[in-house]
Amino acid sequence: MRCMVIVKATEDSENGVMPSEKDLSEMGSFNEELVNAGVMLDGAGLHRSEKGVRLDYEGDEVKVIDGPFAETKELIAGYWIWEVKNIEEAIEWAKRVPFNHGESTEIRPFIEPDEFGEELTPELRERGAALEAKIAEQRND
Amino acid sequence: MGPIRKPAGTAAETTSATVEAVWRIESARLIATLSRLTGDVGLAEDMAQDALVAALEGWPRTGVPDNPSAWLITTARNRGIDRIRRDKVLREKYEKVASEMELSGPEPGPEQVAFDEDRIGDDVLTLIFTACHPELSAESQVALTLKTLAGLSTEEIARAFLVSKATISQRIVRAKRTLAESEIRFEPPAPEEMGERLGTVLGVVYLIFNEGYSATAGEDWMRTELSAEALRLGRILAGLAPAEPEVHGLVALMEIQASRFPARIGPDGDPVLLMDQDRARWDRLLIRRGLERLELAGELGGSGPYFLQASIAACHARASAPEQTDWDQIVGFYDALLALRDTPVARLNRAVAVSMAGDPGRALAIVDDLAGDRRMEGYHLLPSVRGDLLEKLGRGEEAAAEFARAASLTGNEQERKVLEGRALRASKGFSS
Repeated sequence: MRCMVIVKATEDSENGVMPSEKDLSEMGSFNEELVNAGVMLDGAGLHRSEKGVRLDYEGDEVKVIDGPFAETKELIAGYWIWEVKNIEEAIEWAKRVPFNHGESTEIRPFIEPDEFGEELTPELRERGAALEAKIAEQRND
Repeated sequence: MGPIRKPAGTAAETTSATVEAVWRIESARLIATLSRLTGDVGLAEDMAQDALVAALEGWPRTGVPDNPSAWLITTARNRGIDRIRRDKVLREKYEKVASEMELSGPEPGPEQVAFDEDRIGDDVLTLIFTACHPELSAESQVALTLKTLAGLSTEEIARAFLVSKATISQRIVRAKRTLAESEIRFEPPAPEEMGERLGTVLGVVYLIFNEGYSATAGEDWMRTELSAEALRLGRILAGLAPAEPEVHGLVALMEIQASRFPARIGPDGDPVLLMDQDRARWDRLLIRRGLERLELAGELGGSGPYFLQASIAACHARASAPEQTDWDQIVGFYDALLALRDTPVARLNRAVAVSMAGDPGRALAIVDDLAGDRRMEGYHLLPSVRGDLLEKLGRGEEAAAEFARAASLTGNEQERKVLEGRALRASKGFSS
């Protein structure tokens, strides 16, 4: 099963405080451990919300709002994508994340394409695939 | 906010699922470390199992220890020493080991790291080489690898291979005995043996993957959990041997093949062949990872059989529709593959590519050459491909006979149904 592990923002991350060398080195070792265990498929850290933009879609109108955004604890500062056997394994790995300054993470299992049911019609699937194939092609240039 | 699910470390909520999750994460490193300490994979595996049993009994009462890996290794060590003291035969054999383990310092406290971080990678790699030792039968290599590296239980392995638990136990016991009797030490292969030994390891991993990818027995067309374990093992191996292009080649091949899993089964459970698959269902993350991995293998100078097979798989992955497949390039990769290792199966696959590149007549000539090859006797894909080519050439009656023969040869129920259907349609002159 695949899941996204969301790293929530903290005051530090929202203030643009970059991790220390020690933090980076610990996180580097942890990521290495994840990769070497065949668990980590993807992951990245994100800039503070000040550098981000939020879009609200209301009827025909799309509102574009510049960051920063309030409610720090609801913002995200990074993510991983893990392949695990079950949620328990994800929890055990997440316990090993080298965080100890009040950070918080959230584990969210992926919806598999089949779980969308009838709403994801063959035509929609095909369009999605054509798009993703194009993306893959561009990556290979 | 929901209720707090599981205060880390408290007793009441620790389930066997948690113990199993910790086991999945820690077992390979645990067994690898114990193997180095004792010099004996068999004993190390017994000790690790004792620790697992102790965790399953103890953690629901005490909670998960703060440092589960330290707990497991300490418990395994203590149980191991007890085991050696109690058993006269073991005592004579392992007296030195027991005293060394006792003298190797006080029990590590919760703050101490149980594994020697500098050595753990080498230890796990050595464990892989030992589990896949050429002295062992292929069956034993597979069982021992899944048991010690993937952390599967005997029961899980038995279920995956549709054999009894006793059969798998026997294979593991036999593997341990062979390792002991042949006095195979827990050490990495000598540099001059490295290439061949690595080839054996890759072969075992791909065998596990393939058993899941095209189940040779039983009613299911695939047993994806086995393929998932092989993919995990491959990724682990790539982390441990990052300079080996063939390791990356194999992982790329498995990632790309696994990307097709969601498309390989139709709504009624029937297998869907590559050219008929709904490509929208292919897993794009796995394709991207496979293509990146293949590129890395290429940069490392990849030119081996796994690299070439992955290159072929990549040609399919890059084509967003079947008619966009670059068959000429695929024929070229098969030529390179045949130059390395001329096998009848590779020739058969090349014939398919030749036909798809627009020349079924020439393909049929290649297949007819193979018909006399004794190694292809009983191989259902030979008549199946031949039937396909004959059908393309408008020779329906002959095609039907070939499909019927292929159906009688396959051991997979789902595949048999498909082939019988094709035989029926070919005999009526409908092309499928």
